[in-house]
Amino acid sequence: MSHFLDRLMFFRKVQGEFADGHGQTTLEDRSWEKAYRQRWQHDKIVRSTHGVNCTGSCSWKIYVKEGLVTWETQQTDYPRTRPDMPNHEPRGCPRGASYSWYLYSANRLKYPMIRARLLKLWRVALTKHPDPVDAWASIVEDPVRAREYKSIRGLGGLVRAQWGEVNTLIAAANVYTAKQYGPDRIAGFSPIPAMSMVSYASGSRYLSLIGATCLSFYDWYCDLPPSSPMTWGEQTDVPESADWYNAKFIIMWGSNVPQTRTPDAHFMTEARYNGTQIAVVSPDYAEATKFADIWLAPKQGTDAAMAMAMGHVILREFHLDHPNDYFVDYARRYTDLPFLVRLDEGPKGLAPGRFLRAADFDAALKQEKNPDWKTVAWDEVSGRVVVPQGSVGFRWDDSGRWNLEEKEGAEQREIKLRLSHIDQPDAVAEVGFPYFGSIKSDHFNFTDHEAVLTRKVPVKRLCLADGQQVLAATVYDLMLAHYGLDRGLDDPGAARSYDDDVPYTPAWQQRITGVDRRKVINTARAFADNAARTQGRSMVILGAGINHWYHMDMTYRGIINMLMLCGCVGQSGGGWAHYVGQEKLRPQTGWLPLCFALDWVRPPRQMNGTSFFYAHSNQWRYETLKVDALLSPLADPAKWQMSLIDCNARAERMGWLPSAPQFNRNPLKLVGAAKAAGQEPAAYVVDQLKRGELRFACEDPDDPVNFPRNLFIWRSNLLGSSGKGHEYLLRHLLGASDGVQSEELGHESQPHTHDVAWRDEAPRGKLDLLVTLDFRMSTTCLYSDVVLPTATWYEKDDLNTSDMHPFIHPLSEAVNPAWESRSDWEIFKGIATAFSRVCAGHLGVELDLVSQPLQHDSPAEMGQPYAIQDWTAGECDAIPGKTMPHLHVVERDYPATGERYISVGPLLEQLGNGGKGIHWQTHTEVDELGDLHGRHRQGRASTGRPRLDTAIQAADTIMELAPETNGAVAVKAWRALSTTTGREHAHLALHKEDEKIRFRDIQAQPRKIITSPIWSGIESDKISYNAGWINVHELIPWRTLTGRQHFYQDHPWMIAFGEGFVAYRPPVETRDIEALLGQRANGHDELVLNWITPHQKWGIHSTYSENLIMQTLSRGGPIVWISEVDAKAAGIVDNDWIEAFNRNGALVARAVVSQRVPAGMAMMYHAQERIVNMPGSEITGARGGIHNSVTRVVLKPTHMIGGYAQLSYGFNYYGTVGSNRDGFVIVRKMAKVDWLEGDDESILAQEYKR
Amino acid sequence: MDTFFNNLLFGYYPYVAGTVFLLGSVVRFDMSQYTWKTNSSQIADSSPRFRLGNNLFHIGVLILFFGHLIGLLTPHRWEEALRIQPGLHQIVSMTSGGIFGLCAVFGGAILIHRRLTNPRVRAQSSQMDVAIIIILFIQLLLGLGTIPFSAQHLDGSEMMLLSAWAQHIVTFQPGAAAFVAKVSWMFKIHLFLGLTIFLLFPFTRLVHIWSAPIWYLGRRYQIVRMRHG
Repeated sequence: MSHFLDRLMFFRKVQGEFADGHGQTTLEDRSWEKAYRQRWQHDKIVRSTHGVNCTGSCSWKIYVKEGLVTWETQQTDYPRTRPDMPNHEPRGCPRGASYSWYLYSANRLKYPMIRARLLKLWRVALTKHPDPVDAWASIVEDPVRAREYKSIRGLGGLVRAQWGEVNTLIAAANVYTAKQYGPDRIAGFSPIPAMSMVSYASGSRYLSLIGATCLSFYDWYCDLPPSSPMTWGEQTDVPESADWYNAKFIIMWGSNVPQTRTPDAHFMTEARYNGTQIAVVSPDYAEATKFADIWLAPKQGTDAAMAMAMGHVILREFHLDHPNDYFVDYARRYTDLPFLVRLDEGPKGLAPGRFLRAADFDAALKQEKNPDWKTVAWDEVSGRVVVPQGSVGFRWDDSGRWNLEEKEGAEQREIKLRLSHIDQPDAVAEVGFPYFGSIKSDHFNFTDHEAVLTRKVPVKRLCLADGQQVLAATVYDLMLAHYGLDRGLDDPGAARSYDDDVPYTPAWQQRITGVDRRKVINTARAFADNAARTQGRSMVILGAGINHWYHMDMTYRGIINMLMLCGCVGQSGGGWAHYVGQEKLRPQTGWLPLCFALDWVRPPRQMNGTSFFYAHSNQWRYETLKVDALLSPLADPAKWQMSLIDCNARAERMGWLPSAPQFNRNPLKLVGAAKAAGQEPAAYVVDQLKRGELRFACEDPDDPVNFPRNLFIWRSNLLGSSGKGHEYLLRHLLGASDGVQSEELGHESQPHTHDVAWRDEAPRGKLDLLVTLDFRMSTTCLYSDVVLPTATWYEKDDLNTSDMHPFIHPLSEAVNPAWESRSDWEIFKGIATAFSRVCAGHLGVELDLVSQPLQHDSPAEMGQPYAIQDWTAGECDAIPGKTMPHLHVVERDYPATGERYISVGPLLEQLGNGGKGIHWQTHTEVDELGDLHGRHRQGRASTGRPRLDTAIQAADTIMELAPETNGAVAVKAWRALSTTTGREHAHLALHKEDEKIRFRDIQAQPRKIITSPIWSGIESDKISYNAGWINVHELIPWRTLTGRQHFYQDHPWMIAFGEGFVAYRPPVETRDIEALLGQRANGHDELVLNWITPHQKWGIHSTYSENLIMQTLSRGGPIVWISEVDAKAAGIVDNDWIEAFNRNGALVARAVVSQRVPAGMAMMYHAQERIVNMPGSEITGARGGIHNSVTRVVLKPTHMIGGYAQLSYGFNYYGTVGSNRDGFVIVRKMAKVDWLEGDDESILAQEYKR
Repeated sequence: MDTFFNNLLFGYYPYVAGTVFLLGSVVRFDMSQYTWKTNSSQIADSSPRFRLGNNLFHIGVLILFFGHLIGLLTPHRWEEALRIQPGLHQIVSMTSGGIFGLCAVFGGAILIHRRLTNPRVRAQSSQMDVAIIIILFIQLLLGLGTIPFSAQHLDGSEMMLLSAWAQHIVTFQPGAAAFVAKVSWMFKIHLFLGLTIFLLFPFTRLVHIWSAPIWYLGRRYQIVRMRHG
């Protein structure tokens, strides 16, 4: 009753005694004990997860107590696996387990914020211009006013604002930009949709409705492995982590599984218990090494050499000396190895050219449709050249013969393709192959072999339709020669033994990588031997450690070749496992219409992020890497006197890569101008382009009419952890203060660009408005003009899937968004509504001209089959959709933007739905959505349309439309695919036809998805998900030129850059340190180290590094790891403050000196923020810098190829990637650590003032 | 000082202060158990200097408190029976009070300085934490300040007045205020501030005095609270 009265029991205090009077019992009050019990009591548990970045996709229990999230624990209710297979749980990691800290932390964004100077300008402008659009114009078109708020970006000054006011401002900026410059001058960036699909879709739906550009992330993050589309025509498809358990030999190659794939790592342990052998390839002693039976530590960046040496061993022992039947059969049926490549005579002799096509032969070998796109091979049965089914030409010829049956395409005869002509060659030719391992370097080992390696190859002599005789060889024979294997042809260039110093032998790789040849031989042998015994159960888990290098595709192709040579791809327990940032969006085709508003307007505007940021942050103006330095020694450098940005511009004009902005005129005005000129819009545009009166924007990115003007960033720390070339982004895109330490290259005499205009003065502050949505004050928010507080992962409803497991599960609103935050869905709904209101009098129903590159998985991927012709050079005609981008006219109903956002549009019924080249009708599903969610009863555009008001409705719309979550759609999709392949596939989904997974279901328990043709594996109770399974077992071709897996790339640009076959290419020289080395002395010794930015342990993916718990577990601030050897040489001891700098900028951090790190490299875990524990830099004089302050991206021309089967553009699918591992930094101890807060006394004084 | 104010401050105010002190303590104990604590800042700073100041302050104050308690509230008849002359009483009081007063002042000075200047301690101090240490410090100075005044009455006559006042107050006898009507102003200020400290007591960290764990010295090794009271 009363604590006080209850204690008044002096005479009753002792109730009894025990232990001989040493103890006593009392009746004292025990109610205080409730405090301890209540500590773990809670009001409810809600299922959610961590949803931007984390591939883990772990389902979590979120505990809510008195309206607040208190903590989280792992869910343990995944559907259980079949017998003899470990379960999926426990899934989770310490990062995710500490996330709830973030909700109520000081770093949480609580209110809409706006830059105070902009707000002042805005309010003053509104008094003079009552129309918000006019008010916005009066600010941004006045250079003084614009400079006033742009120049202080990143310097603080954000103040609290009202939702209504900022929504109006944002909408006014968008309306003005669309009206004045074009909607393609508005862009939005958000990564990794799989982890919160509705949130991603909210922004992109709004942007797509108004015609703005969505930027891709997968390529920009350099998580996209271009080798995957090159080899398979597939963005990335990988086995689920449970499939590791089915593997019998695993190589972890540049992937630190326990650290970055923590929730899945238990499968690695379980696989080991199950007897799986494990090899780890990593230059540092990474955590994954603890799993290893053998650890191979090559010099960083040289992994391709090792992969090729392993390939050499596999080819020698398992293909030549003791041919394994399974391997040979697999190579024949599932790879391009038997296909014929013509040999072309060049200035340096014969060299591999392109694949021969049906069209090359008499009567096109009876192929009437697409003969240019049907590759040929030698048939052992008939003894002549045949056109096997399954190449890309069959995919689009309506023949129903796009499959991997061993049949000839015209007459359906049974065929057996010949892999090698070594037994009956028409001749033995000397063929030249490019070699790059002798390029001299200060930092990497090189050899002294010739730049062109001549090898003997058995060839066929074939007569073509035009009468010319050509020499042709199979890919198999060419590749064996290229790998340096002796075929008994008396080839002095071939290796007689593994110990020969001939390129691609184990001995040769030892010179490059430093790894003992015996280890390499043994590992390769064990890998292949296992695959031979188990029919392909050898797996390679590979990751960012090797994918972030400039020539990442060489390393990857080297590894993928090993897998294909051993028949591992498409087999349970085998294949490649690349788990970097892709994060499979399983219900993809249900999500696409919602995301890009395909239910209202098609096509959407999409842009590859890397090229966008490279151009618009002006990193190209600082580019030191010349195109001709990358060329094959067999190519003619005279044709390639240009810069990397020129290559990109050519790719855009030829329709290979997308453009944003598109043209130097407003696309909303082009259709009107065409009408005025009395021409069809597309014809008018082509005409204007040819005359030079209209230009591609990419040809002059520094012209103010070609600036991106508005940028939305959500779910991303684009300028910070993802801002490669951070300081350039600050300088040019934002116009903020920056730490760039180099001059632009303009002062040198020769012109640096060929196709792209060079302006003497580079613009600063291109963006008029930068809007960021986040729940935390990230680096990006600090630089934004408007910051909108969004719901955290425990405060919104959304969907989540992963490549690591086959389940779909939700994010749920455990508590309402705290303070004034809102979910992304609500925020963009608000902006869309404001847009509809503000656009009155400025934009009505407008016709927009949208350019679109030649898309993968569409007939346009059959662009130019042979030599590349550029219409701008007059080499061919400008044909939209063939030699240049498609030109579409799209109607935009701007006043209806808000209504369209919240309703499902009619195009789904009119045009159907689909993906990956498969199309199906979807009336039924749209009707059902209307019945389930209700239909709008008002609104000019929305009346009668199914409702899409809430995030849950959006989630259910995705799941209703997607084959992966709606069995009826899955059956439709498989049947649609059957019309192309001519084979029955629906059996894979028929048993699930009546199954529909909805949001409520997955809130109850994660649900396994349904097998769909959008993915290359199956969901089955017999095997785990594994990529390529349906290709191998259902005989569905890969989406490549030959329809098979490609060892050889025959595009002219691939050959020009020497990458027809995989080759070892050393890291490129970015020349980022020379100008500064020894120039800014501070009294300490300087080190030159390779700059490696791997994923970190204390804050990646499911929480952020400034999380106090994570800070406590690590060092409490930015750190850089260096080796003991380097540290000693430079007088650095552990925990010293050091500075790393180069011409891109500078950063400060504490040193972690560790024997884990090999000499010559510095590792700074990426995504350490600049907002914690950050003193001033001695180089820039400003605070800190982040890991990206010393990086910049360098584009690779081969990634720009388009319109060529698997080498065709797809959003987040193919394109330039933002590699940044090849750079070097100068590292030294700091002489003085200045916190830029005054001296010690004044710091103390400030402390008191608080 | 006129009789009205003398009566108000030394006749009625002691009962107001005493009531607030007792009732306030009970109410706080009942209503706000989690605030019943020393609010120690030792976790933020436990330097040797602090430990010295802390011990000096606590030893000094404890002895001063019990010295005042015994000195003021021992009935005069008992002293006579024990043949303790007021003069001796006075000398003993001045000496012991002076020594331990200095002890507490020295310790208190260290504690005040620390509380105001150590950023970590300062950051976790409430306004009342700062106020009460300053008030206690002033009271200690005032207490030391009475020594010269006492020295003018080495016969102990003034002290006898003060103890008579205290005993009348404690035993609820009328006319207590009259005893101190003529004592030196220094004593009056000291008395007034002392009463005020009682008044403030329930609102400060001083409540920890009630719960000083002295029982611990005599308790059994193991105490088991039974399941139901």
